[in-house]
Amino acid sequence: MAEHPTVHAAVAPGPGRAVPLRRTRLQKLLENTTLWRGIVAIVGFILFWEVCSQWKGWFGYQIPWIGKVAPPSDVMAVWMDILPQPGYWESWYLSTFRVFLGFAIAQVIGIPFGLALAVNKYFRDVFFPPFEVLRPIPPLAWVPAAIIFWPTTELSITFVTFLGAFFTIVINVLGGARSIDGRYLRAAQSMGASQWDLFRRIILPGTLPSIFTGAAVGMGITWEVVLAAEMISGGGQQAGGGLGFFIWSSFMGGSIEQVIVGMISIGIAGYLSSSAIRYLGSVCMPWRRLF
Amino acid sequence: MPESATETPGAGITAQAPAPAAKATRGAISIRNVTKIYDPEGVNVMAVDDCSLEIAAGEVCMIVGPSGCGKTTLLNAIAGFHSITFGEIYLDGQLLCGPEKPLADQGADRVVVFQNGALFPWKTLLQNVAYGPIVQETMGKAEALEKAADMLAEAGLADMAKKFPGEVSSGMARRAEIVRALINDPKVLLLDEPYRAMDALTKSIMHEALLEMYDRTKVTMFFITHDLEEAIFLGDRVVVLTTRPAKTKKIVDVKIPRPRDYRLLGSEEFRLLVSEAKGAVHEEAIKAFEAGERELA
Repeated sequence: MAEHPTVHAAVAPGPGRAVPLRRTRLQKLLENTTLWRGIVAIVGFILFWEVCSQWKGWFGYQIPWIGKVAPPSDVMAVWMDILPQPGYWESWYLSTFRVFLGFAIAQVIGIPFGLALAVNKYFRDVFFPPFEVLRPIPPLAWVPAAIIFWPTTELSITFVTFLGAFFTIVINVLGGARSIDGRYLRAAQSMGASQWDLFRRIILPGTLPSIFTGAAVGMGITWEVVLAAEMISGGGQQAGGGLGFFIWSSFMGGSIEQVIVGMISIGIAGYLSSSAIRYLGSVCMPWRRLF
Repeated sequence: MPESATETPGAGITAQAPAPAAKATRGAISIRNVTKIYDPEGVNVMAVDDCSLEIAAGEVCMIVGPSGCGKTTLLNAIAGFHSITFGEIYLDGQLLCGPEKPLADQGADRVVVFQNGALFPWKTLLQNVAYGPIVQETMGKAEALEKAADMLAEAGLADMAKKFPGEVSSGMARRAEIVRALINDPKVLLLDEPYRAMDALTKSIMHEALLEMYDRTKVTMFFITHDLEEAIFLGDRVVVLTTRPAKTKKIVDVKIPRPRDYRLLGSEEFRLLVSEAKGAVHEEAIKAFEAGERELA
């Protein structure tokens, strides 16, 4: 935020009064307490984990549960070994690709479907009951059926990923569009809006917050689902790899450090994905930045 | 029964509108023997009973009455949000709704300003104001935005034009909302308790801004309120409605010349008019309260 020029003018002439100087972005970043608390919390957590894992070696007594976990220093060492290997990055690429493909298809089909359910009674009467029957089925329960339906394992995984996001997106869009304040619709109608104007200028922007809520939740679910689907389908002949398979094969190979590397990788991937959605949300909904 | 409703004594006091102060030539509303019966699940609820009211072109007509008495039902009928059961409503001699056509068409000649504000939160004040002309295609987008900016500036909101409704005070938002209505050049402004839940100070600023706007535009106003000081201060006439079903109970003529300002609030004339209206409203409020007690018993 730029300082208002008149503020300076009003404050500056007073003798002995400190004039607040404009600070650079870096200075502001360094003075951000939220940022520092976050850094301290993460560093503190890693230290705690390290100490607990090393306790047995240092004092001869194993702390229950966390004592069995490999210490972060070992995990880091293993990670550094893995980092240059193309296989690790391929796992990243494969999982991310599957997540975004399933997620994108779910958005492309789910948003219009949800809006249609919201605005058209006939459409809702026909499609809502079967939708509600299919919705409670967990995406992973679809895995065997998906393997039978689809010719390749890759398609099965994408399909299951799609399902994970689809139901959440539709239910959010439907709920969002149906809960738009009636005053907005009436105000628009009273100013002469046509049906198409109502849809484009009122219902669509009014539903955007719910679309992004659905996207954020859906993105989380797709990461869960893709990992599980990869573990189940395994590194089959057609569709190999992915972070899920990476974790599973590390577990089979007995490398707990590598399992943790996989887990943290997913954490980072999920964080990056939801940050991207949040960023996109703030670009598309400037009026929501105030809250 | 509605047929017998016309014979009810005291029903349908048809008031003659006072001569408008300025030369307003449009926006005369004629409400003739309007009855509205809501029929949810077969339970007839009569909201308005044989109500007649003539509102002259350019008149500020204040509607007061107990909560739930059917004020908003009348407004909704004029706006075309709800149908009427019997009677007719005319705007400048043209039928809005009647026996053949119980639901009026919605149109930008009758713009509504809502109770809690209905600026679109996803549009800036400027985009909000430009909305009407853009969707009606009476102006191009650039032209509409330019006109909107001019009108906002006229209302003292030039600095706020690029802000979203969530960023401005409720008073500014409400002023912008009235500008958004006026840009459509409506014949009638339908205001449903627009200044409810505002503090007294903001309210008085709003009143002066509205009076100033009225002196400029002379637009007919159908203004619902609970606040009798507000009603007398702003209105040419104050129509007191009975408790449900609504009929006109009393009409207080406010023959205070315009332009008016806050000094009026201290005058003897003003206080007498307020107490006159208060007497009528109080009687109905007690009836409404007792009816509520009976329903609960």
